[in-house]
Amino acid sequence: MATMNIIQAVNSALHIEMARESKVVVLGEDVGKFGGVFRATSGLYDQFGPDRVIDTPLAEGGIIGSAIGMALYGMRPVPEIQFADFIFPAFDQIVNELAKFRYRSGGQYPCPVVIRTPYGGGIRGGHYHSQSPESMFAHVAGLQVVIPSTPADAKGLLLSCLRQNDPVLFMEPKRIYRAARGEVDEGDTTIPLGKANVVREGEHCTLIAYGAMLSVIEEAANKAAEQGIRCEVIDLRTLVPFDVETLIASVKKTGRAVVVHEAPRTCGYGAELVASICERAMEYLEAPIQRVTGFDTPFPYVLEHEYLPNADRVLGAVRETLEW
Amino acid sequence: MSGGPSVRAGPEGAAERAAGTSGDSAQGAGRRGRPPAHPYFAGTDEEKARGLFQLVGEDGAAHPLVDAMPRALARDLYRGMVRIRVIDARMMALQRQGRIGFYGEALGQEAAVVGSAAATQPEDWLVPALREAGAGLYRGMPLDAYVAQIFGNDRDVSRGRQMPCHPCDRDTNYVVMSSCVASQIPHAVGIAHAMTVEGRGGRMCIGYMGDGGTSTSDFHAALNFAGVLQAPVVLACQNNQWAISTPGEAQTAAETIALKGLGYGLESLRVDGNDVMAVYVATRYAAQKARAGGGPTFLEFLTYRVSAHSSSDDPSRYRDETITEAWRTRRDPIQRARALLEGRGWLSPSEDDALWAELEEEIRAAVGVHERAGQPALDSLFEDVYEQPTWLLREQRELLNAKGA
Repeated sequence: MATMNIIQAVNSALHIEMARESKVVVLGEDVGKFGGVFRATSGLYDQFGPDRVIDTPLAEGGIIGSAIGMALYGMRPVPEIQFADFIFPAFDQIVNELAKFRYRSGGQYPCPVVIRTPYGGGIRGGHYHSQSPESMFAHVAGLQVVIPSTPADAKGLLLSCLRQNDPVLFMEPKRIYRAARGEVDEGDTTIPLGKANVVREGEHCTLIAYGAMLSVIEEAANKAAEQGIRCEVIDLRTLVPFDVETLIASVKKTGRAVVVHEAPRTCGYGAELVASICERAMEYLEAPIQRVTGFDTPFPYVLEHEYLPNADRVLGAVRETLEW
Repeated sequence: MSGGPSVRAGPEGAAERAAGTSGDSAQGAGRRGRPPAHPYFAGTDEEKARGLFQLVGEDGAAHPLVDAMPRALARDLYRGMVRIRVIDARMMALQRQGRIGFYGEALGQEAAVVGSAAATQPEDWLVPALREAGAGLYRGMPLDAYVAQIFGNDRDVSRGRQMPCHPCDRDTNYVVMSSCVASQIPHAVGIAHAMTVEGRGGRMCIGYMGDGGTSTSDFHAALNFAGVLQAPVVLACQNNQWAISTPGEAQTAAETIALKGLGYGLESLRVDGNDVMAVYVATRYAAQKARAGGGPTFLEFLTYRVSAHSSSDDPSRYRDETITEAWRTRRDPIQRARALLEGRGWLSPSEDDALWAELEEEIRAAVGVHERAGQPALDSLFEDVYEQPTWLLREQRELLNAKGA
């Protein structure tokens, strides 16, 4: 075991998989010689060379489009979109091409591309370096969406993504890229996709989040515990396909739930979680499920911490469910 | 059902091509991609991008390069073009009768389709746009696969999931087409770069687009990436001068489309797209260059969309059809090729009659089989979304099945 941050964990997974599987190719803006603006691809260029670690021209549609072509031919491309805010020029390639190739070719042309992209706010990045567009992609048939919250998960989940045969959007919480540190297996350990992690058990209220919001709900759970409220904390890890069984088991126990994400509220991913829980566990609910989210505004610069969910807002929502 | 000319299945010219005895001598080019011995190729980059490479004129006069063209290859090219025309005519008729939902024909563009396909090798890859199914058929995509897709029946490999004219054939490296214009050409560049990464060499990818596609951001990205990566790719634009109702002059202010390719640092050739010999020789040069590590080439095939954009379109509402009529009559690629073949004694009128009759029977039989085939199974709706259905899809499938019961 070694202590790593999320960047180092991602980098470790890429090193392991590129050494193990010659079909893995990394491409994107500044990912080669420079090692990526966040250093996630550091060292890969020197070890694997310019054909497999490609500094591309500045065009997201071209990055994803050429990655798709490589995957059709049999490679396993791992394109990096430098910030999730810049992914939209590639939206057509992701939605209409990448996510649909297996289906429209009747399984003849699978397209195992793993797109890595840093997302989320809290870094004084303003609107164009802070967005959380996960729900736009969670709505796309044929795509999987994975978001780690810890270094160990970042490495284990990324390795799993690289070893299955369908496209994935792998969103990395850049706010905690370096702040989140933890013990990570230096070897080849995978974490299964589609499985949530019950980080903390509790019987009064279920808190559900992913990515950078995980630390927010953990802090809220700590504050709640000081008031004698024991929260169950769940890290979703995979948004598509999400682990409904773990959520339902928890809500059946607690009867209450708070869903947290930093993306805007309306049609955010929390809406899907709330609906799914209500469909399956309505009779167990003691109170309406609460959502603590970003607002339906563009992501702000100066007031970003007022925009982002924090532990106090989450705690307020927990109290709402208890006092309803 | 027998296929037509095919690089896979062994038509008349295949043995010669496999033995490397055709084409090379005809165009004076070796496998290393030396330019054909024609004054056009002696021009500067700009002269080539502004000019027009032609081997057989509208009057039937042929450049000496054609003299060395093997008879069997010339007959294969002709057969491939006639096959498309016969299939397209049949499909347009079926659409008018309400028996299929949609069709986009390649009428008047058969030379660009077949001439370029004939310059590929079986291990090459082909990324089509709307009007290149004939290229796939020429390379050995089974006619059954094509017709099954048009009917969307239970024999269709993609199981009725797409409109007609979206065939897919993994066996011949024919990638399934997307209706999103030009989105496929970055894929062609990626496929070609993967060939480089693989390090096997000796293969290339050809990606097609139309003139409308050259306005898209994907066109820019694809040509830019092709140039930077020096990918073994041939990007071929069928400039049929119409994107539904939008004419070429409303699509770009560039003097020629080939000049755009030059802007990205790609050797760019402008070819008479209705001259199957010129298309073949130019594409063969570009393909050999790519296979030999010489990098990408952009090809503009100048042609004309004699028909409507698709069965849903009526061009008489927006264009002067007397111009179309001139292309239909004086510049028809099949007439031009037939005159050449007959003039050289490579095809007799009776052989020609027999060819058309044989190909009409071929498509008639295929339609007979596939029109009667069943609809894809209900569960196929949920398959191939992912390698294995997620729990969400399994749950939704059960819901549909329960309601259907």
